[in-house]
Amino acid sequence: MKHLLSVTDLDAAEATALLDTADRLKQALLGREVRKLPTLRGRTVITMFYEDSTRTRVSFEIAGKWMSADTINVSARGSSVSKGESLRDTSLTLSSMGADCVVVRHPASGAAHRIAAWTDRDRAVTGIHTSIVNAGDGTHEHPTQALLDAATLRERLGGIAGRRVGIVGDVLHSRVARSNVFLLATLGAEVVLIAPPTLLPVGVEEWPCRVSAELDAELPALDAVMMLRVQAERMHGAFFPSSREYAIRYGLSPERAALLPDHAIVMHPGPMIRGMEIAPSVADAPSSAILGQVRNGVHVRMAVLYHLLAGASS
Amino acid sequence: MSLVIRNARPYGEEPVDLLVEDGVITEIGAGLAGPEGAEVLDGAGQVLLPGFVDLHTHLREPGGEESETIATGSAAAALGGYTAVFAMPNTDPVADSEVVVEHVRRRGEEVGLVDVHPVGAVTVGLEGQKMAELGTMANSRAQVRMFSDDGRCVHDPVIMRRALEYASALDVVIAQHAEDHRLTVGAQAHEGVVASRLGLTGWPATAEETIVARDCALAREAGAALHICHVSSARTIDVLRLAKEQGVRVTAEVTPHHLLLTDARLTSYDPVNKVNPPLRTAADTEAMRTALAEGLIDVVATDHAPHAAQYKDTEWAAARPGMLGLQTALSVVVHTMVEPGLLDWRGVARVMSERPAEIGNLPDHGRPIAVGEPANLTLVDPDGVWTVRGENLASKASNTPYEGMRLPATVTATILRGRITARNGEVA
Amino acid sequence: MTDDRRGGPADAAGQVTPARELLSAADVTRTIARMAHQIIERVADRETGSLAHAVLIGIPTRGTILARRLGAAIAEFSGTEVPVGSIDATLYRDDLRRGPARALAVTDVPEGGLDDLLVVLVDDVLMSGRTVRAALDALSEHGRPRAVQLAVLVDRGHRELPIRADYVGKNVPTARDEQILVKFTEIDGVDGVALARTTGGTG
Repeated sequence: MKHLLSVTDLDAAEATALLDTADRLKQALLGREVRKLPTLRGRTVITMFYEDSTRTRVSFEIAGKWMSADTINVSARGSSVSKGESLRDTSLTLSSMGADCVVVRHPASGAAHRIAAWTDRDRAVTGIHTSIVNAGDGTHEHPTQALLDAATLRERLGGIAGRRVGIVGDVLHSRVARSNVFLLATLGAEVVLIAPPTLLPVGVEEWPCRVSAELDAELPALDAVMMLRVQAERMHGAFFPSSREYAIRYGLSPERAALLPDHAIVMHPGPMIRGMEIAPSVADAPSSAILGQVRNGVHVRMAVLYHLLAGASS
Repeated sequence: MSLVIRNARPYGEEPVDLLVEDGVITEIGAGLAGPEGAEVLDGAGQVLLPGFVDLHTHLREPGGEESETIATGSAAAALGGYTAVFAMPNTDPVADSEVVVEHVRRRGEEVGLVDVHPVGAVTVGLEGQKMAELGTMANSRAQVRMFSDDGRCVHDPVIMRRALEYASALDVVIAQHAEDHRLTVGAQAHEGVVASRLGLTGWPATAEETIVARDCALAREAGAALHICHVSSARTIDVLRLAKEQGVRVTAEVTPHHLLLTDARLTSYDPVNKVNPPLRTAADTEAMRTALAEGLIDVVATDHAPHAAQYKDTEWAAARPGMLGLQTALSVVVHTMVEPGLLDWRGVARVMSERPAEIGNLPDHGRPIAVGEPANLTLVDPDGVWTVRGENLASKASNTPYEGMRLPATVTATILRGRITARNGEVA
Repeated sequence: MTDDRRGGPADAAGQVTPARELLSAADVTRTIARMAHQIIERVADRETGSLAHAVLIGIPTRGTILARRLGAAIAEFSGTEVPVGSIDATLYRDDLRRGPARALAVTDVPEGGLDDLLVVLVDDVLMSGRTVRAALDALSEHGRPRAVQLAVLVDRGHRELPIRADYVGKNVPTARDEQILVKFTEIDGVDGVALARTTGGTG
């Protein structure tokens, strides 16, 4: 693995190997006072975030630190970015400083792909290899989120193959949904997208999943339901009539959650809008895996850094 | 000044010799000697066509000289076999006044490699609010014959209606960039399977189709000439068919890239493939080829859109749309239309020279290859094969989507009013 | 994980000459029994004979199996169950950057940690000592044992670090290009130790 740009970079065996590594790392750190592994000592990981994020940035930072990598955060504000430097120049600058890994979040779909192409091209001259990790690019992908969701599903359901996972809400604008659909399909899950037609992309019929507009009809047969955040700006784009109607039709109320089988879990990539797409009591119920997702996030990101950085440069 | 072209095949037919004197074809026959000191072009094995006319070029001057100038763009045009180009008005300042269009026209004449015909803006500043002074531009020294807000759609139906009506009295054509921008807010790529997977906001084909349908209705009522820029969607063809059947004075162009390239190229996120309207599906390119062969689409126009590297070598969303086209147009047409048997060389002459000259109202271009006609000619080696390298193209920018592709047919000479402007890949 | 160091058949790129048997299945059982007796003798409390302060920690994959075998034998001979765990040393290795990222193995340290316990670290083959070094580092993250001892089924020499085993099943002088192939029924279907020579491979 050279970069992690899209979940389609991973076949089933590679994805499973990452999840296994995450499990082992979790084990290796279990019950320890000092959560520090020497594995990535001397490696430099730079997180470069062009969008606000708490959990993803912190999660990567902790993952790097727990493996003894030198972790440095660059945010779009207070850096040369605010002076108008191009993405290309910023990423080549960081790569030239010797970053072994750049974790990037950017509002433009494909930004991580471009950075990887630039640094690979530059590598021919400098010999510096920089691994690029996509931590969310526009409405394209968020691979480590899908991996941590897969880890959570595996942990809570005992496996992924054959399990039915519903993804509910704004699929159109969701990088989490895209990464999950393709990763979970690779791992053998049956994915159902549940959303009003306005929030489904044109072309979704070619994706490896089923589509439904009826949440209540799907819930009784789901092993897991993943609620997507409804972004405030969508409420003004004529995608649905009102937040009230959205909550009524697609929000996970306690009554609706009761339609789920007993073993089913409720997931949310966060940040949640309680009362909009998910009721507070559902988010905090035992069936909720939401905090487990966050915990697994650190181990999955450690696994990604391990696979990218621990071995010889490819 | 005399020129003899030997053994060239007009429209790919039987070889003849041509004598050109003072910019006019004076003799066609076999074994022409020509006067003492006449320049001689050996046309053996080559196809002679009327010089190409491009209805849709961005020369970027004034204001965008880091991407292209009238000099570099004219060189690219000559090397591509063009003897006339229409320069779009989205410059800085916008070509919405007599002063700017005359400047462009004069710069073109100074460079002298190709006739540069400025296209005037339909509305002041391309802002779609207030009609520009079409009559003044038409009657200026620049003799503007085509008006367009290209890059933007004349969206307001009232403005479009008035522009068509007003233009009908000036005997000029309004060229519409058909894009209902309310349907393309934030659009980055053809709305479909590829864009949805890549998370790129979709540019729905309906945004083109609906404007074309509306404008055909407006042109019919106004009795005005309407030209549709860069048709990209198969559905638009259906609208054009209906309008033409009903006698609407509508013409349409397709770009070389919409004949050849599809959105399947987008997976690398390399913005060299970003263009407006976007690359669409294989079914669309197929429909473009058929429509061009049938004449539903009248002409090939390049939409040559140079952009300096800083505007292209960026993340997809930040990149400017557009690609180079002047030097690759003929090869793409040969590859997509001639090789599959959809067009013969007469057809190439029609779509790249004769019809564009008619639409753009250029009396001296797109003329028959006959005695007494102006010697605006292009000599093509139909068996030539070349590999496209952006850095070797004459344009200042190098944003060609055909980088590294091997394409058929080379322009071996371009002749503007009897003078050789390009020969064997070099500007003369 | 020791497979790569040993150069087992699965990952040796070159040809492996027919293996010469060093220990038969019966030899393996006998050797483990002898090692178990030695451990009991050295580890048991002088006064009470108790083994309560001891723990066997194997280095995956075959070190962990050997630790379980030793644990079972100790229980049989002494009547006392000794906790058995495993510790993956991969994350502490000094040669990670010499190859592609390695898969991690199970770490399973008995609940309560290792503070003040006598840890017998168990591996199948001892060669350079680097794996044991990494395992010692990993162990130290799980507490402060009273002492650490080392038990190996085969010591084949070629040490690169000042490390020696406290319990050795068999000393086998080897050449560098030879391999020790350890097989355990649990994963290989059969018990046995053999010596093979690689030619042309990197194993």
